[in-house]
Amino acid sequence: MMNCKQATQLLSEKLDRPLNRKEKISLGIHTTMCVPCRQFGLQMEELRDISKSYVNKKTDSEK
Amino acid sequence: MIDATLSSDMNGSPSADIFHDAVFMEDLRGQMIKFAQLQVRDSQLAEDAVQEAMISAYKNIDRFGRKSAFKTWVFSILKNKVIDLLRKEKRHTAVSQLEDGSNLNGDELLDTLFKDNGHWNKHERPQKWDQPEHGVENEHFWRVFDVCLNGLPDKYARLFMMREFLEMDTTEICHTEELTVSNLNVTLYRARLRLRECLEDNWYQKG
Repeated sequence: MMNCKQATQLLSEKLDRPLNRKEKISLGIHTTMCVPCRQFGLQMEELRDISKSYVNKKTDSEK
Repeated sequence: MIDATLSSDMNGSPSADIFHDAVFMEDLRGQMIKFAQLQVRDSQLAEDAVQEAMISAYKNIDRFGRKSAFKTWVFSILKNKVIDLLRKEKRHTAVSQLEDGSNLNGDELLDTLFKDNGHWNKHERPQKWDQPEHGVENEHFWRVFDVCLNGLPDKYARLFMMREFLEMDTTEICHTEELTVSNLNVTLYRARLRLRECLEDNWYQKG
């Protein structure tokens, strides 16, 4: 059974490489049951969006 | 077959006026320098890159009617220049020579966040991030984000920015920085852990 430390690492790596089938399944099971890790996963994606806005902000901040 | 797009592009283009707007230009230059310096260690090189991007922008100024379009474009030039510089810089400072940095970055941070069995420590569990407009328009959020970014050890910050700001792919980052894929992935994981923690502590849980 995957623990939170392992789950969070996969939730980060998901942004950098496609996970394999086995990883997807164990991660899916873990996040279904674990609210904090589910939050963490959303926040990883949020972090990516924030970074995009950060770069774009520099191109779009005159108001 | 009438090409209407071309003629409409030419209408009402203030073009070179942009360069005469001192406030806009000064502001833009400041942002560009900051962007470049975050990623290129040598600040002279960073300034040179900004200079070059400005010059090629000036040469093509007629193509840009709106300031925002101009800005997007000049930053994309800068971004490419920064990537070039990072490739060249490789010879001087590969990321492998940088320190991990101290204060809760590597294993220490992991030990704080997780119990021995690998599950979250109760008070470290990620909380829902409410959106008190972290939006682009919120200057305060971006100040917090800057502080968190600057708080990352050099190695983390550099790899994170290569991935998220410059959108370089894994093969290229590993090649430029002489890293293995798993090394890169672990470092990105730790950078994100730390950034997440910093944003949660200083922005989302505030007030």
